[in-house]
Amino acid sequence: MIGALIIRDARRGLTGAAWLPVAFFLLVVALMPFAIGPDARLLGRIGPGVLWIAALTAALLPVERLIEPDRADGVLDQLALHGLAEESVALAKIVAHWLTFAPLLLVAAVPGAALLAMDGGSLGRAEIALAVGTPGFAALAVAIAAVTSGLPRAGSLAGLLLLPLAVPLLIFGAANALLLEAAISLLLTAGAPFVAGAAIRASRT
Amino acid sequence: MKPLLRFENVALRRGGRLLFEDLNFALGPGDALKVTGPNGSGKSSLIRLAAGLLRPEFGRVERSPVALADDNVALDRELPLRRALGFWTGSPDKALETIGLAQVFDVPVRLLSSGQLKRATLARVTASAAPLWLLDEPLNALDADGAARLGALIEAHRATGGAVLAASHQPLPGKWQRLELQS
Repeated sequence: MIGALIIRDARRGLTGAAWLPVAFFLLVVALMPFAIGPDARLLGRIGPGVLWIAALTAALLPVERLIEPDRADGVLDQLALHGLAEESVALAKIVAHWLTFAPLLLVAAVPGAALLAMDGGSLGRAEIALAVGTPGFAALAVAIAAVTSGLPRAGSLAGLLLLPLAVPLLIFGAANALLLEAAISLLLTAGAPFVAGAAIRASRT
Repeated sequence: MKPLLRFENVALRRGGRLLFEDLNFALGPGDALKVTGPNGSGKSSLIRLAAGLLRPEFGRVERSPVALADDNVALDRELPLRRALGFWTGSPDKALETIGLAQVFDVPVRLLSSGQLKRATLARVTASAAPLWLLDEPLNALDADGAARLGALIEAHRATGGAVLAASHQPLPGKWQRLELQS
């Protein structure tokens, strides 16, 4: 059942508007040279940080579609009746969310790095850091989606809650402190299913 | 013999209001219980309690595996009906045929009428192997043919040792024990 849920969620994410977060990511990156100026040295220096900010916003973009539609339509109830713990449902949704945005994002980081005049080595390090950090983003997004599901203006609220929580990941990721970043990402991925599971149970009416 | 569903001194509070208390009943194989009561008396909440989706304020609810059909469709709208239902049950064909949906196997769920959607949620229940069926307003949006098919399915389920708990303000086909909730 968990495997079927991951496949179903990934399919829905990819057939919906998978290009949207990626287009958003590239747009944010493309705005930087306009905002900062065409100084290649400066752009190259801030490049990794810009990629991270763009990745964070891209992970946040579909947050309203992660939990709320399934809660409102009774899918979460039926999953519970099929014997799936809410924590397992949340874990499946984290995996599916990661599958729908992260691989595409890693591909989009290549043209993104070119727009920011980043050199090959710098791009390679950013790619590894993004690969390590994006599971943490996916976990955060699902946890926050579950906590805010059913609330009015959940989208803005989710952004407000998620961005501060993403700061540690952003610090270590942009600084390329891989071990610390991996630790934070692991912590978020391990903790988020329990937060999201409790939130799903609490939101039942 | 162990009952399929047992409520022991159950009380439920929703939004600060006590909906019912000291509720005691048990359903064994072959039993069918219909919950009636005015709007807002807690019929749907009782069904969700029985499903384990809500927790009682006091008391205990024991249950065997359940299947639930309520007003939530819980089917992916973009998929053909058969695939959407296939997510929940490996082989939905027979259940869809018995409930009269054989003609719309390949129609996307979003194009189905509300009566057809109701039949689809009932098909999910009948396709499950759960011994206890929980039906919340099962006749909503069903036509006479749908109601007759549902009645036959409930009879067959009871005859094979299953139990049914239904909440409805309409007369249901077949013979039912009654539980009346006060407002």
